[in-house]
Amino acid sequence: MEVCRLPLSATQRGKLISAGYTSLSSLSSASASDLARDLKISDGEALEILNVASRSSRSDNAEGSHAIINGGVPGIGKTQLGIQLAVNVQIPPHCGGLGGRAIYIDTEGSFMVERALQVAEACIEDMSEYSRFLRKDLQTFQVGLQSKDILENIYYFRVCSYTEQIALVNYLDKFITEHRDVKIVIIDSITFHFRQDFDDLALRTRVLSGMALKLMKVAKNFSLAVVLLNQVTTKHTEGSFQLGLALGDSWSHSCTNRVILYWNGNERCAYIDKSPSLRSASAPYSVTSRGIRNSTSNYKRVKMM
Amino acid sequence: MANKLISEIGLPKSIANIFAARNINTAKEALSLTEFELMELLDVGMADVTSAVAHISAVVSPPYQTALFLMEQRLQNEQFAGHLPTRLKGLDDVLFGGIPFGVLTELVGPAGIGKTQFCLKISLLASLPASYGGLDGHVIYIDVESKFSSRRIIEIGATSFPEIFHKKGMAQEMAGRILVLRPTSLSEFTESLQQIKVLLLQQEVKLLVIDSMAALISGEYDQGAPRQHSLGWHISFVKSLAEFSRIPVVVTNQVRSQSRDEICQHSFQAHKNVETQEGTEKYDSHVVAALGIHWAHSVTIRLVLEAKSGLDDIINFDGKKMK
Repeated sequence: MEVCRLPLSATQRGKLISAGYTSLSSLSSASASDLARDLKISDGEALEILNVASRSSRSDNAEGSHAIINGGVPGIGKTQLGIQLAVNVQIPPHCGGLGGRAIYIDTEGSFMVERALQVAEACIEDMSEYSRFLRKDLQTFQVGLQSKDILENIYYFRVCSYTEQIALVNYLDKFITEHRDVKIVIIDSITFHFRQDFDDLALRTRVLSGMALKLMKVAKNFSLAVVLLNQVTTKHTEGSFQLGLALGDSWSHSCTNRVILYWNGNERCAYIDKSPSLRSASAPYSVTSRGIRNSTSNYKRVKMM
Repeated sequence: MANKLISEIGLPKSIANIFAARNINTAKEALSLTEFELMELLDVGMADVTSAVAHISAVVSPPYQTALFLMEQRLQNEQFAGHLPTRLKGLDDVLFGGIPFGVLTELVGPAGIGKTQFCLKISLLASLPASYGGLDGHVIYIDVESKFSSRRIIEIGATSFPEIFHKKGMAQEMAGRILVLRPTSLSEFTESLQQIKVLLLQQEVKLLVIDSMAALISGEYDQGAPRQHSLGWHISFVKSLAEFSRIPVVVTNQVRSQSRDEICQHSFQAHKNVETQEGTEKYDSHVVAALGIHWAHSVTIRLVLEAKSGLDDIINFDGKKMK
C-alpha cells in the first residue's frame, strides 16, 4: 500500500487507511477540507499530509541515481528542455516540486538568459494557477518565488574545452558539497568538445567513460538528477543513412536512461529508448513561448533540417 | 585554462615533480588521462592521484555565474541588452530584441529570397549611431560571391533613414564603417579570420557577416570526411570569436535538394514508417539546408526564409520556439 511508504506518523497513516485513503492517487484528488473531515483532524494537518504525498510522488519521478541522456537533431529543443528542467527543479515542495537549485553546464554557448526568464515567468504563472485550482477551499496561495529568484538559482558554467569539461565534472563533487540544494545537473551538450581535437580515439572512449562514472557517482551521492544533452550525427548503416547519437556506442553504454527527441512528421516527440524501469514509449511535446508543454495544436514544422 | 602549467597550480612539491618527470606539463595533459592511467604512469598510489586530479580540476574549472547575474550584466553593459534590432517588429519580438550577441545566427533560404539583402540591411543598421537603433560600430562583411553593393547600401540608407543620409558626409561615413573582404578560397578565408580576430580585439567591430558560408565550401572538396573536418575548425573559431567579443555573427547558408533515400531517421522509427508510408503527408519541398548536421548543431539561431505564394517573404524562426 503506497500510503504506508509516506513519511507520516503511525497515527496519521492509521487514520488515512481506515478512512479509505490507501493509494497516492486517492490522496491527490482529495481536498484538504475533505481530508480533515474524514480523518477528523485539523485543516492544517490535512494540508501537511497532502504536501507530503505530493512531494513523494514527484520526487519518485525526478530523483536520480540515474543519468539521463537526451539526444536529438538540431532544432528539436534540447536546450529548451534543458532550460525548462533548470526552472522546473525549483518548483517549491508545496507546489509539488523539488525546490532545488540547478547547475547548467553550457559547452556550446547556447543558453539564452532571456529565454530562461521567459520560461521562469510562465512557470510561476502556471504554479499560481495550479495551486489556486487545487486549494480552492483554502485562502489564496502565495507561490513565494519570483522569476528573478529562479534565475538566481541557476548556477551557470561555461565550458570552452574538453579539459575544462573534465575539470568541472571532477570539481562537481566539491561544489555540490558546498551547495547542497542543487538537485539537477544539466550538461548541454556532453560530447561537443570531444568530437574534434581528440586524436587517440581509444583514449577518448576511456576518458568519456571515466566522466560518465563520475557523473553517476555525483547523481547517487547527492541524490540528484543528471541530464546529459547530446547531438546526433548521421551514420551509414545497412545501406542507408541513419541518425545516431554523437560518439555513438562507446558513450551510449555509460548512461542509465536514454530519451531521444525526434520529429514525427510535424510533431516533436520524445521516445524512451533505454530505461531500467520504463517501457519504450513515445510522447509528443511542443516548444511554446511558455516553455515545453504537452503537444496540442497542429503545429507546422519548419521544413528544413 | 586548459594550458595552465602544472608547476603553477600549487600542487605539493613531490607530486608536481613526478608529473614533470613524466613530461606531463599542462593541465590538459594531466586531465586527458584517466586516473588509472595516471597511477600507472606516475607510479604513485590512487589516493595521491585522486587528490592531485581534484586539485588540478578545482583550479582549471571555469567559475560559475548565476543566470541572474548574466542577465543583469548584459542589461547594464551592452546595447539593447545584447541584441541588434533588425527593425522587423515580429522578428525582434521573438528574438528578445534582435540578433543576439555572442552566438551564430544563420540565415537559410533558396536563391533569390533576400538573404544578401537582409545582410546588407543589418550591416547598415549596425553602423548607425545608437540613437537610431544601431551599434555605432564597424562591420566586417565577408562577401564570398561578390554580391555586396555599396550603392545598394546607400540606397537602403537613404530610403530608410533619410534624416541621417542626407546630411553632408554621413552616407560616406556609414558606408565607410563596413569593411568588405572577398576571399576566393577556403584558405584565404582562414587567413582573413586571423585578421578579423585582431580587428575585434581593437573593439571597433560590432558585427560580422559571412555571405555565404556554403559558397566557401562548395568546390573545395568532394563529399566526404575531409570537408567535415576542415569546416569543424572554422565553425569553432567563428563561434569563439563571436562569444569572446560579444558581437552578433550572421551567416547565410544555401539550400540543396535532398534525395529520398537521404532522409534520415532514428533506428526505432524505421518500423513505424513502413506502415504509414503511403498515407504520410510529405513535406512540400525536398530541400534541406546545406552544410550538414554538424554545422546545424553549431548555430544557435536559424532563421528560415521562404516564399509563401502570393505573400511577401515570411521569416520562420527555428531553434527557439514556434509561432
